[in-house]
Amino acid sequence: MSEPFFALWVYLSSSPLMWLSVTLIAYAIADRVSLASGRHPLANPVLHAVWIIALVLAFSGTSYKTYFDGAQFVHFMLGPATVALALPLYENRRAVLRALGPMVIALIAGSLTALASAVLIAQWFGAPQQVIASLAPKSVTAGVAMGIAEQNGGDPALTAVLVILTGILSAIIVTPLMSVMGLRDWRARGLAAGLAGHGIATARAFQVNQTAGTFAAIALALNAMLTALIAPVLMGFMLH
Amino acid sequence: MIVALATLLLCQLAGEAITRALSLPAPGPVIGAALLFALLSLRERCAKFLPREINDGSLDTAAKFLLANLSLLFVPAGVGVLQNLAVFRLHGVALAMALTVSTVLALIVTAFVFIAVSRIVRDDAAGETGRDK
Repeated sequence: MSEPFFALWVYLSSSPLMWLSVTLIAYAIADRVSLASGRHPLANPVLHAVWIIALVLAFSGTSYKTYFDGAQFVHFMLGPATVALALPLYENRRAVLRALGPMVIALIAGSLTALASAVLIAQWFGAPQQVIASLAPKSVTAGVAMGIAEQNGGDPALTAVLVILTGILSAIIVTPLMSVMGLRDWRARGLAAGLAGHGIATARAFQVNQTAGTFAAIALALNAMLTALIAPVLMGFMLH
Repeated sequence: MIVALATLLLCQLAGEAITRALSLPAPGPVIGAALLFALLSLRERCAKFLPREINDGSLDTAAKFLLANLSLLFVPAGVGVLQNLAVFRLHGVALAMALTVSTVLALIVTAFVFIAVSRIVRDDAAGETGRDK
């Protein structure tokens, strides 16, 4: 590398501008591919943007901390975007109110299933207590899940990894799974997506259908509260 | 646009404050969403006291713009995950099995319970109107 180019690279690679741009460009490419594939589940834009960026970081020898200094501006918008979920909820309030009873029962059943099945399977494979406690709240939105894990003796950093992986997995599985089972009710499909795969699957649901997205948003919000209440009781019971 | 964004941020700020003050199990942005829902329900009645942007579609446009790009917002956290995949070396099989099977079960149970209960409720309602006649 020539001297002036190297100096320019050193400046750019340590400024937030560079990594913010890389994040937006990688996502724009992944989203184009997803759109061109007719929103095929395997063309999930989060999944593909993530590995593209990871490759760029690996090849340029950039640390995650340096990357996040730029990418944090995108990450920050998760809060206001969660607040914005109130709009589709408000626009569809009649459809939501009509389905209130079945919705609450389905969410309680789903929340218990997500929590108990993860704990039982990990126990069966002989995972240690700390790993199980980190895994249990995997279907809950990241911030809350980390709090729940910490409260129950888990490792919040491991929880964050498992939560994101669960979200991507749910976003990929939900469409083919529901189609195979012949479930065509967008409300049921959305609820399932939001409950099992929090915000990442909710984003997927909005791409597929507005009604599904709205019900996914409700599931995401209610599951965060439900799991926070259920997890300490259930885990105390299952782990001891 | 600025007022619309400020409204979303203010709802989140108030949400964070309420969650912390009352130590609720819900995250701040979720309480913020509940506050925005309340604002949306009241906005036509209280139009006189609210900034124009709340009612003229600006708030709706800003919210829809954020939601249309919701996937993008998970990318920075996702890149962090790729840096931490080492934890899978120790308990990879247990974690992979638990994640996959539990996710499939949660999806199936939620969707089926919703459909089953919806059918029961609808049958009850139909039964009642039947009795009335």
